Amino acid sequence: MIKTLALKKHFQLARHQTLHAVDGISLEIAENEILGLVGESGSGKSTFGKTLIGLHERTSGDAFYQGEPLPKKFTAADHLRYSKEIQMVFQDPYASLNPRMTVLDIVGEGLSLRGMARSEVQEQVAYWLSRVGLHPDHMSRYPHEFSGGQRQRIGIARAMIIEPKFVVCDEPISALDVSVQAQVVNLLEDLQRSMGLTLLFIAHDLSMVRYISDRMAVMYLGTLVETGPSDAVFFSPQHPYTQLLIESNPEPDPKLERTRSAQILTGEITSPVNVGPGCRFSDRCPKAMPHCSNETPEPIAIATDHIVACHLYR
Amino acid sequence: MSNPPLLEVEGLTVEFETYGGVVKAVRGVDFTVEAGEVMAIVGESGCGKSVTVQSLMGIIPMPPGRVTAGSARLNGAELLGLEPKAANAFRGKEIGMIFQDPMTSLNPTMTIGDQIAETLKVHRGIPGQQAFESAIKLLEMTHIPEARKRATQYPFEFSGGMLQRAMIAQSLACSPSLLIADEPTTALDVTIQAQILDLIKTLQAQDAMAVILITHDLAVVARTAQKVCVMYAGQIIEHGSVDDIFYQSAHPYTLGLKSAMPSNIGDREKSLNPIPGSPPDLFSPPLGCGYAPRCPHAMRVCHEENPPFFKDSNNTGHAARCWLQAPNAPSVPELYQSNKIASDGA
Repeated sequence: MIKTLALKKHFQLARHQTLHAVDGISLEIAENEILGLVGESGSGKSTFGKTLIGLHERTSGDAFYQGEPLPKKFTAADHLRYSKEIQMVFQDPYASLNPRMTVLDIVGEGLSLRGMARSEVQEQVAYWLSRVGLHPDHMSRYPHEFSGGQRQRIGIARAMIIEPKFVVCDEPISALDVSVQAQVVNLLEDLQRSMGLTLLFIAHDLSMVRYISDRMAVMYLGTLVETGPSDAVFFSPQHPYTQLLIESNPEPDPKLERTRSAQILTGEITSPVNVGPGCRFSDRCPKAMPHCSNETPEPIAIATDHIVACHLYR
Repeated sequence: MSNPPLLEVEGLTVEFETYGGVVKAVRGVDFTVEAGEVMAIVGESGCGKSVTVQSLMGIIPMPPGRVTAGSARLNGAELLGLEPKAANAFRGKEIGMIFQDPMTSLNPTMTIGDQIAETLKVHRGIPGQQAFESAIKLLEMTHIPEARKRATQYPFEFSGGMLQRAMIAQSLACSPSLLIADEPTTALDVTIQAQILDLIKTLQAQDAMAVILITHDLAVVARTAQKVCVMYAGQIIEHGSVDDIFYQSAHPYTLGLKSAMPSNIGDREKSLNPIPGSPPDLFSPPLGCGYAPRCPHAMRVCHEENPPFFKDSNNTGHAARCWLQAPNAPSVPELYQSNKIASDGA
C-alpha cells in the first residue's frame, strides 16, 4: 500500500549545516495494517510521517502509494487529489483545530471543498460526530468548549469523514490522560477494522504501540534500526538500541520494577546536524565495535519480517 | 513508626473563585509522609493532585484560590496560611520542588549556575563565588557532564532532560527534608525518564529525603514509589503501600485505571477497557461518591452518601473510600477476579 525507498528529508540550517531529520528510510506498509513507528524526540518520526504524505518536500528517495509514485513536491492539485485517500491526525488537539471555526466547519471542510451541499455536509458531520462518540448537537460549538480527549475525537472525525484509505496518526494520544488514551485507541482500532484503514501510528509510548500495531518500526536519528512484528520487536528486541529502549519502558507492576537494574542507557540522542557515516547509535551503544562508527550497517533479516540494522548480526 | 511523620496533612480543602462559580478543587485531603519515603499521588488531569502540593508550597495564586480548611505540618510546624516572608523561609529550604515543564520553570535570562547559586545565597547566606562553586558540585551530583562549562550556560542551551537535572540540582541545593516532584518526567522520553527517576531515587536514598511524586502514570509509580495515594475529584479515594494498590486494589477507580493501560506482562492480548464517562463537575461536587456515575458496581448508597475510608482487614494502612469495602457490602466477584489477573502476571 505504502512504500518508501531511501526516503530522506534534510533541512538546511546554514551553509554548512544540514540537519538530517530523516536519512534513508525504506519501509513498506501493507493494506489494512497498523504500523507503529516509535523513537525518541528528535528521531525524525513525525518528519517521516509528514514527508511521506507531502507536508514536507522530500530531499531524495522515493515514496509510493498503491504502487504509484508520489510527487516529490506536492502541488495544490496533488494535495486535493491525495487528501481524498490520505489523511492525518495530529498530536496536539489544542493547536490543530482552528479556534475560530465551529466543529461543523472543521469536520465538514474536506467535504465542502469537494463541493458537497451544506445540508449534506451537515448530515455527514452529524453522523461522524456520533461515530467518534460526540453528540451531533455539538457541531455548532467551538473547539475551546471541548476537553482534550473530545478535541482529539474532533480531529479524528475530520480525518475519517473523507473515508480515507491511509491515515497517519502523529502521536494522537500523548497529550491525553490514561483512561482517555484507552478510549481514543479503542476508537482508532474500531475505525481501522470497520473501514479497512491502513494506519501509520507514530508514538513514543511503547506499550501502547505494541498493543495497537501489527508491526513496529524503531527509529533512531533519522534511520530505522529495527522493524518486525510488534510482539517480536517488543518481547525479543535484537538491536541494542531497541533493547535499551524497552528496558527503559516502565511497567505498571511494582514487583517487576524492583527486579530491574538501574538505567544503563546514559547520555542523550546526539545532534542530527551534519551526521557522518557509521551506525548512528554507535557512540552510546554498549556493544559498539570499532568499525561501527565508520561503516553504516545494512538492514539484515534475522527472522521472517524481522529486520535489524546492526553490525552484530552480520 | 513511633516518630511523628515528617509531613502531616489534614482536611486540606482548596477552592477557586471563578466567573462560573466556586470550583472545589481539593475536598478534604489527609495524608502523611514519613522521612525517607517516596509517596506517589496518582490521578488524572483535574483531580486536584497538583493543587494539593501547590497549596503546601503556598504557591496557589490567591485570589482566585483559597485554602478554606485543613492544616499541613512539616516537622510540627504549620505550613498553611503563612505570611509571604515566613513562607519564603521554608520554600526551597525545607521543601524543594521540581515542576513538569523545565523549559518554563527556569529563568531564561540567568545562567543555570547563577540560578542554583541564588538559592544558596538567599537561604544559606553563602557568598557569590562560593555559592557558584557549590552549584557546580550540585550539577555534578545530578550527572551533568562538563558541569563547570554547563553552569555558565543559559536554559535554552540545555535539552529537556538536562534542564530537568538542573532543576533537581537547584531544588536539592539546601538539602531539603522533602522534595515535591510534580510530573517530573511527563515531558520526557522513556530513556530520559528512566534516568531521571533513577536519579531521584538515588539522591533520595543517599540523604534519606522524603519525596512526593505527582504523576498520572501508574508505571512510573510502580518504578519509584513505596506508598501511593490515588486521587479522584478532589479526594483521596485509596491509599496504601505500592503493592497493596497494585495487587489488592480496593477501589473500582484504581482498577479502572489499571485496566485502561495495555499490559505487556501476563495476559498480553487483554483489551483496553477505558473508563466510560468523565469526572464530575467540581463546581457542584456530587453528594455521594464522585466515581459512582462511572462505576460499574455503583449501588444506591454510592449516589447518596460519600463513603468514608474503610480499612483493609490486615491493618497495613491500606484503605479505600468505597462502600463496597463496608463490612456489610455485597461481594463483587469481578473485582477480585481482576485483582487476581494482575497479581498472577507478576
